[in-house]
Amino acid sequence: MQADIDFSHYLKNAGTGIVHLDLAVEGINCAGCMAKIERSLTTIPDVTLARVNLTDSRLALEWKAGALDPALFVNRLAELGYKAYPFERDDAETREGQRAQGLLRRLGVAAFAAMNVMMLSIPVWSGNVSDMLPEQRDFFHWLSALIVLPAAAYSAQPFFSSALSALRARGVNMDVPISIGIVLVLATSVIETVNNAEHAYFDAAIMLIAFLLAGRYLDQNMRRRTRAFAGNLAALKAETATKFISPTEIRTVPAAAIRPGDIVLLRPGERCAVDGNVIEGRSEVDQSLITGETMPAMVAPGSAVFAGTLVRSGTLRVRASAVSGGTLLDEISGLLEHALQARSRYLRLAERASRLYAPVVHATALLTVLGWLAYGASFHDSIVTAIAVLIITCPCALGLAIPAVQTVASGALFGSGVLLNAGDAIERIAEIDRVIFDKTGTLTLPELDVANLSDIPDDVVRLAGRLALSSRHPVAVAVARKAGAASPLPDIQEEPGQGVHGFYDGRPIRLGRPSFCGADDLANEILCHDPEASVVAFSHGEGKYAFAVRQLLRPDAADVVAGLVRMGVVVEIVSGDREPAVRLAAMMLGVHEWRAEVSPVDKISRIEELARRGGKVLMVGDGLNDAPALAAAHASMSPVTATHLSQAVADAVFLGEPLAPVLAAVKVSRKALRLMRQNLWLAVIYNVLAVPIAIAGLVTPLIAAAAMSGSSVIVMLNALRARARETV
Amino acid sequence: MEILVILVPLAIALGFVGLLGFLWSLKSGQYDDLDGAAWRAIADDEPASSQGRSK
Repeated sequence: MQADIDFSHYLKNAGTGIVHLDLAVEGINCAGCMAKIERSLTTIPDVTLARVNLTDSRLALEWKAGALDPALFVNRLAELGYKAYPFERDDAETREGQRAQGLLRRLGVAAFAAMNVMMLSIPVWSGNVSDMLPEQRDFFHWLSALIVLPAAAYSAQPFFSSALSALRARGVNMDVPISIGIVLVLATSVIETVNNAEHAYFDAAIMLIAFLLAGRYLDQNMRRRTRAFAGNLAALKAETATKFISPTEIRTVPAAAIRPGDIVLLRPGERCAVDGNVIEGRSEVDQSLITGETMPAMVAPGSAVFAGTLVRSGTLRVRASAVSGGTLLDEISGLLEHALQARSRYLRLAERASRLYAPVVHATALLTVLGWLAYGASFHDSIVTAIAVLIITCPCALGLAIPAVQTVASGALFGSGVLLNAGDAIERIAEIDRVIFDKTGTLTLPELDVANLSDIPDDVVRLAGRLALSSRHPVAVAVARKAGAASPLPDIQEEPGQGVHGFYDGRPIRLGRPSFCGADDLANEILCHDPEASVVAFSHGEGKYAFAVRQLLRPDAADVVAGLVRMGVVVEIVSGDREPAVRLAAMMLGVHEWRAEVSPVDKISRIEELARRGGKVLMVGDGLNDAPALAAAHASMSPVTATHLSQAVADAVFLGEPLAPVLAAVKVSRKALRLMRQNLWLAVIYNVLAVPIAIAGLVTPLIAAAAMSGSSVIVMLNALRARARETV
Repeated sequence: MEILVILVPLAIALGFVGLLGFLWSLKSGQYDDLDGAAWRAIADDEPASSQGRSK
């Protein structure tokens, strides 16, 4: 619990004498939580607003300026059992949110117009087969035009502008045929109305716009949600740093507020939040998040440390720098740049479909005109028939087919703990035939754990745990956590770099390095069969014990690997860690292909080698050293504990301790891709059935309206099948 | 049939009022939290506001 966060960075003014604060809250997932939090916080005097947003797991608070300390809310939420962190909405999220709002506004206008025009069209259709006078029909047509023309001019803007920019770039996208279709249909309808003709297609045009906007909105809303969750994740990681504001005074500030040149204090057990160079102090550090290497390294003044480094024994002062002199970081960023450039722009299914669609539809319309002219029909009649073809082949179903599935599938993925970073990630994850796992922090849990707890008597474990509470060394912290210790022992001394000792029950009690407790032989025994472990020894009087502390595999890693193999996916481990450690993990998981001590360059070349042979790789990794490989792979995922850089380039981020989300992602994506293809085929079949009717000149506005809404509804219903939760 | 001249514009005007209502609700943030709104509708009671409940 960090109640000492400096909130001033996050407070906003909300009118006269009112302060506004946004908190990202972990664990709000039901209506009960919402009511509980709001009820509890509104009872605090001077609070003017406490409103939970259940969609984004956030809480908006407003109170009278100066009346309250923001930390009060965080503590109150902690009492209720929720972790809360202040956050700032980044520009990207604000932009995506505004875009989604704009689309929803246009969708509202288009839908309003479509409904009202339908109210005018139905009398015309029914009147045409009974006793409607031509004057009355024209009156209704003009009224329709009056509603539709302004509504279309406003609500179809996204399509027009995107079509224009595509044409400027000498390309064609889905919006070009859509825009041409809309303009042609409206122009023809106006001309027909002027000529007192029997049919006008105003309703079809605006309905088309409304359906397409619905598809666009779904797509955009998915992007907005992704951004919102990414913002929450950043806040929940709550990266703070202890900064010197004067040579003797320190303050805890959000990591985002650290500027190059600031001096940061790092104490044992803390994770560094910035890149920089050590200016004072020596310590063992755990750089597994940077290099995948689980053995601790030594740093001294002058060494580079990276964000994500865990300090083990000593206290360090670090000068933050924008580009640290670390050759590693230079190498990584060089590789990353290269990989991102080489990321051949993946052609989405929707884009591939629209490339086929546009020429075919326009050719069909053109042939219809030519065909009817050759047959001897008047020029006017031929054009009207061709327009009917354009209307009936409307890409409604096509425009809804993919966004609808993506929306439903991303919802299902979110339920299994996967957050998507990219809209086309679903398609790419669905295509993979091989998963490459990084070991450290991906197959294993990032936190240290005690591996040989079952070999040590329970009462010893409890006592050692209580003693371990006096040390902040991460290995000792792991022992204390595993023992579930809560009350530290009295009068304990710490020997820096050695361990802690004192007296208990009248006998000396020690915990620390094996040599410090005289338990070297026990330690060697453990290291023989588990070379990766850090041994922490414990002695009480004559009794000596050794704890093997190491990163353990995620609880369900073996099941997930087996599940992937069952699905016909090849599993491989490629790690920067040393060979014995990787071999052990591969053996435990039953993975036959593994490589150890792999540099970031070799990770990429492995992926490229597979790609040349036509393999499509899903890379799963968390470290700084995995970032280039994540960018180079066909698709990529990283755990929520990964470094910023890795999360930013990965297609998806998964939450929680189990590895199951990786399996779920592959399963759900494959199912979603199947449904997308099905939807496209449905659209094709519909067109194959409808187009001949249109070419024959038999399509009335009524048939067009029925066909359009019918096909869209079928596609939407099919997309909902992606919702069925996979049992993993 | 002359009645249509009054009724049709009236119908459209009513539709337009509906549209304005939608635009207002969008602007005032009623679509920001659809999941939450679904539950609020069936919540036992609205949490008491700090100004006290006006009965």
